[in-house]
Amino acid sequence: MNEAMQLLGFGEGGWGPALLSGTWVTLQISVGAFIVGILIGLLTALAKLYGNPFCQSFARGYTTVCRAVPELLLILLFFYGGSSLLNLLFDYLGYGYIEVAGLPVAIVVLGLVQGAYASEIFRGSILAVHSGQAEAGSAYGMSQRKVFFRITLPIMAPHALAGLSNLWVNLIKDSALISVIGTNELLYTAKQAGGSTREYLLFFVAVAVIYYLITLISSYLLRKLEIHLRRWQPKH
Amino acid sequence: MDVLIEYSDLIYEGLKVTLALLIIGLIFGFISAIGVALARLSRYRVIAYPAFLFTSVVRGTPLLVQIYIYYYGLGTLFSQVPGIRSHFLWSYLRDGFWYVAFALIISTAAYLGEVIRGGLLAVPKGEVEAARAYGMTETKALLRVRLPRALYQLAPTLAGETVLLLKSTALASTIAVVDLLGAANQIRSMTFEVYKPLLLVAAIYIIATYLIEVAFAQFEKRIPMKR
Repeated sequence: MNEAMQLLGFGEGGWGPALLSGTWVTLQISVGAFIVGILIGLLTALAKLYGNPFCQSFARGYTTVCRAVPELLLILLFFYGGSSLLNLLFDYLGYGYIEVAGLPVAIVVLGLVQGAYASEIFRGSILAVHSGQAEAGSAYGMSQRKVFFRITLPIMAPHALAGLSNLWVNLIKDSALISVIGTNELLYTAKQAGGSTREYLLFFVAVAVIYYLITLISSYLLRKLEIHLRRWQPKH
Repeated sequence: MDVLIEYSDLIYEGLKVTLALLIIGLIFGFISAIGVALARLSRYRVIAYPAFLFTSVVRGTPLLVQIYIYYYGLGTLFSQVPGIRSHFLWSYLRDGFWYVAFALIISTAAYLGEVIRGGLLAVPKGEVEAARAYGMTETKALLRVRLPRALYQLAPTLAGETVLLLKSTALASTIAVVDLLGAANQIRSMTFEVYKPLLLVAAIYIIATYLIEVAFAQFEKRIPMKR
């Protein structure tokens, strides 16, 4: 037990600092991918609702593929496919070979995967706003901006947030998949620690606890936020 | 394309492994999920609370980490047991397949358990009371009224959960099991095709998802309904 604490600790030969920085990278990847996913999701949702036929079918195809293909495969595909495409482009432009790796790639790849789910969330919550309510707002003389911020957004927010908090928790869990392309996030660090100390069980259980704490704390905070955003709704 | 035809046997073997994982996970996961759902709804806190903790932990940690815990963690513990290498079960204990299968069963039990719990709660109380008034025992009322009602309501959700399970089987490739994705990765390392094998198996996953959705739509059509 003492030995285990030493291995996880911050003293000499302890993996505490490495695990901590791995946690930080995991959080960075998750937050970054969340933002990228929301942007892609919003664009895709708008394309599905208001786009021309080409945009619509492209958006629908993207969603279908991302929801039917395993995330791990998509990550590999976006990573290797994307990097060979980029290298082809750079070759064409006359630059040399570039090594595609690191945090930004992980963020974009994971964001692309989650954007498909985000788009369905936004589509649903935009459709949940009754058009009569926005019309009533403009009948009262509100500008279009004011209608969006005072009517559409507050009605949409709780619907979207329920889905988005699910998405966030899924993202934290999916960020573990990024370890296969060699970004030194939490799980990757644990794998290295396990490999060099032969204490696999200890380190994998330790990172499981860290992931669990992150998901627990964030779902608690998100629930609070959701209650706050639902304050205008009638209580049953 | 020629390369892919050359290695079609490998992909076929991979497909069989993926389907085996899907079916094992579905059948045993489903049975365990019913148990988890009933335990969550139990009157007794000693049963309900551990079940709640189980679903919370399994749903709150990445499946990949769980697979690593079983495979590297428990696998290493097993290999330290003296004399185990000569035991007839050793070939099973060494194979990553069974660790993934176990992880998938556990995760399906947790996710589906929560879904079934919701379904059981949504069964109108009057129907259960009617069954009891007809003299059915609690078990019979569960088997003939509560569970069928809950499952019928959940049919669309079950299709989604099955697709999620199919996607989870791809994690097997991370511990050297040659499933569909594992086969693609092998072809990639043997030839120098970077992404074509990945595209091919992605297409297979899309077709499999489509077939699962069609199968569940057929099942939904057969659900007796009051019109």
